[in-house]
Amino acid sequence: MTDDSTQGIHATIGIDRGEFTLDMSLTVAPGEVVAVLGPNGAGKSTLLRGLVGLTPIDRGSIRLDDVVVDDPDADVLIEPAKRRIGVVFQEYRLFPHLTVEDNVAFGLRSAGFGKQAAQVASQEWIDRLELAALRARKPGELSGGQAQRVALARALATKPRALLLDEPLSALDIATRQDVRTHLSGHLRQFAGPTVLVTHDPLDALVLADRVVVLEGGRVTQEGTTHEVAQRPSTPYVASVMGLNLLRGKALAGIVQLDDGGELQAPDASTVGPVLVAIRPAAISLHAHRPEGSARNVWQGVVDNIQPVGDRVRVSVSASPSVVVDVTRSAVVELGLVRDTSVWLSTKATELEVYAG
Amino acid sequence: MTRRSRSATSPPWPVALPAVLALAFLTLPVIGLLVRTPWGHLLDILTSKTSLDALRLSLETSIAATIIAFLVGVPLAWLLARSEFVGRRLARALVTVPLVLPPVVGGIALLLAFGRRGLVGQYLDSCCGITLPFTTPGVVVAETFVAMPFLIITVEGALRGLDSKLEDAAATLGAGRWTIFRRVTLPLIGPSLIAGAVLTFARALGEFGATITFAGNLPGVTQTLPLAVYVGLEGDLDQAVALSLILLLVSIAVLVGLRDRWLRTGSAS
Repeated sequence: MTDDSTQGIHATIGIDRGEFTLDMSLTVAPGEVVAVLGPNGAGKSTLLRGLVGLTPIDRGSIRLDDVVVDDPDADVLIEPAKRRIGVVFQEYRLFPHLTVEDNVAFGLRSAGFGKQAAQVASQEWIDRLELAALRARKPGELSGGQAQRVALARALATKPRALLLDEPLSALDIATRQDVRTHLSGHLRQFAGPTVLVTHDPLDALVLADRVVVLEGGRVTQEGTTHEVAQRPSTPYVASVMGLNLLRGKALAGIVQLDDGGELQAPDASTVGPVLVAIRPAAISLHAHRPEGSARNVWQGVVDNIQPVGDRVRVSVSASPSVVVDVTRSAVVELGLVRDTSVWLSTKATELEVYAG
Repeated sequence: MTRRSRSATSPPWPVALPAVLALAFLTLPVIGLLVRTPWGHLLDILTSKTSLDALRLSLETSIAATIIAFLVGVPLAWLLARSEFVGRRLARALVTVPLVLPPVVGGIALLLAFGRRGLVGQYLDSCCGITLPFTTPGVVVAETFVAMPFLIITVEGALRGLDSKLEDAAATLGAGRWTIFRRVTLPLIGPSLIAGAVLTFARALGEFGATITFAGNLPGVTQTLPLAVYVGLEGDLDQAVALSLILLLVSIAVLVGLRDRWLRTGSAS
C-alpha cells in the first residue's frame, strides 16, 4: 500500500449485452468504499460480473493492485477463482448443504487447506462476525442478518484483495436493515483493500460509502463524495432517490428562468448561465391563500398526488415549477388537501441550492 | 352447497365409464397375481436353488449396472447439460434411443457390437480374451445399456434446472471447476442422483429382452429373475408367480420411495 496509484481497483469497463451496453470507469483506492448507485437495469450487476470475472469485458481493462485481470486487447483474462475478489452476493448465496462453519471455510478448503487447517484459519472470522453460536447451523436456519454475516465472513476469510458487495441489505426486512447496516459499516472500515458496494438504496451509499458513483443506463451520470451527490444531484434520478426537487434553468442576475416554465429567486447572483436548482421537499410550504411574509418565491399550483411517507406526507403539486413538498399530516387536514386542490407554494430564496449544471 | 359441488365435480358417464374400465384394466392383473400367489408354500419356493440363484444374480447384476451407469452416466449428463460441443444435440438424441428401442433389438445390437464376431467384440476376444455374450458380465452390459438413459436424463434435467448462482459464488471463493462440481454441484443435485439411480436399478432389475438375447438364459450364470419367471411359466407356474411377486414388491417400493422422498424435491433450491 506504499503507492496508492498502483494499488486498488483501476477499471475501464465496456460490456455489450444485446441492446444494452455498459461503459464506465471505476477507480477505488485501498481502504476506500465506493458505492455504485443506480436504478434497476442501470448495469450494476453487469459491472459486478465484469469485475469478478463471471462476464468477460468487451472493451477496456481491469487492474487489481498491480495485476491486470482482464484486458481483451492484450488477450488477458484471469478466471474468477484466481482473482481473489471477495463477493457478498445479493441473497448471499450461502451453500445450503454446508454448515455455517463449512461455508466460512469453503474458500480456504478450495485454496488447498485441509479440513482441520481451514477450520482453524476461519475461526478468526467466525469470532469477528459473532458466528460462534451458529457454527453448526445450516443456512436455512439463519435469519437474514445472520446469513449476511456468514456471507461476509466467507468472503473475508479468503483474504481477498478487494471486496464487492451486491445489494447487501436488500434481502433484509426494514426493521433489521438499519442495525445490520451499522454493523456492516464497522466491518467495511476494517477492511484494508478497496470495496465496491452496488446498491439501489441511497441510504446504503450515504451510510457505508466514502464516494458515490451514480450509474444510469450503463453510463456514469455523477460521481463524488456522498455529501456532494446528496447536496447537488445532477439528474432527476439522483434527486428523487435523495429526496430532492431538481430543476433545470438559466440564471441571470439572481433570477433563474426554469426550462419547464416559471422562475425562482436565487440566494445570490453569483451563478450565471445554465444551472440546476435543488430544493428539499421540506423547504417548501403550502398555503390555502397567497402567503404574506418574507418568502421571495411564491407561486400557485394544483395538488396532483398525496403520499404518506413516515410521519410526513409528500404532496406533488402541478405548477410552474412542479415540485414535491413534504408537509405534516395536520397540515393536510388544515388545508383540506385532496387531488386537484388549488394551493399556493412558497420557499425562501436561501433554501435554494443553485449550481452550474 | 353439497348438492352443487357434487354435481359440479361428478363426471358425465361417457367419461366415467371408460375411466373406471381403464382403472380396472390396470389393477386387475395385479390383483390376479396376488390371488393366484401360492401363499402356503411361498417360502419354500423362494428358498429353492433356482429362485435364490436368480434373486442373487439379479441383485448383483442390477447393482453393478447401476454403479457403472453412475460412474459414466453422471459425467455424460454434465457434459450434455453444461458444455458446448459439436454434435451435442445428436448425442442427446442417441442417449434416449435405448429408452424407445425394443429391448430385443437392443440385445441384437449388443451382439453385433460386443459378440465374438462383433464390431468391438472381436478385438476384445483376440486381444484380451474377453467374451461378453452368455456370461454374467454380459447381463450387466445388457442391463446398463437399457437402464443408463434413465440416470442420464434425470441427472441432466437436474443440472439444467440448477441455478448457477451457487457455482458462481464458489468460483469467487477460489474453487476450481472440479472442486465446484464435487463440493457444490453434486450435493445440490443429490436428490436427483438418488432418484436417477433408483430408476436405473428398477429398470435393470426388470430387464428381459436385451438380456435373453445377448446373455442367454443359463441358470446361475445369466438367468435373472425375469428370465426365471419366464422359464417357470413353461414348467412350474407357482414359481413364476412367486418370483413375479418379488418383482412387484420391488416396483411398489421404488414408486412409494420416489414419490415420498425424491421426486418432489427433484432439484433442490
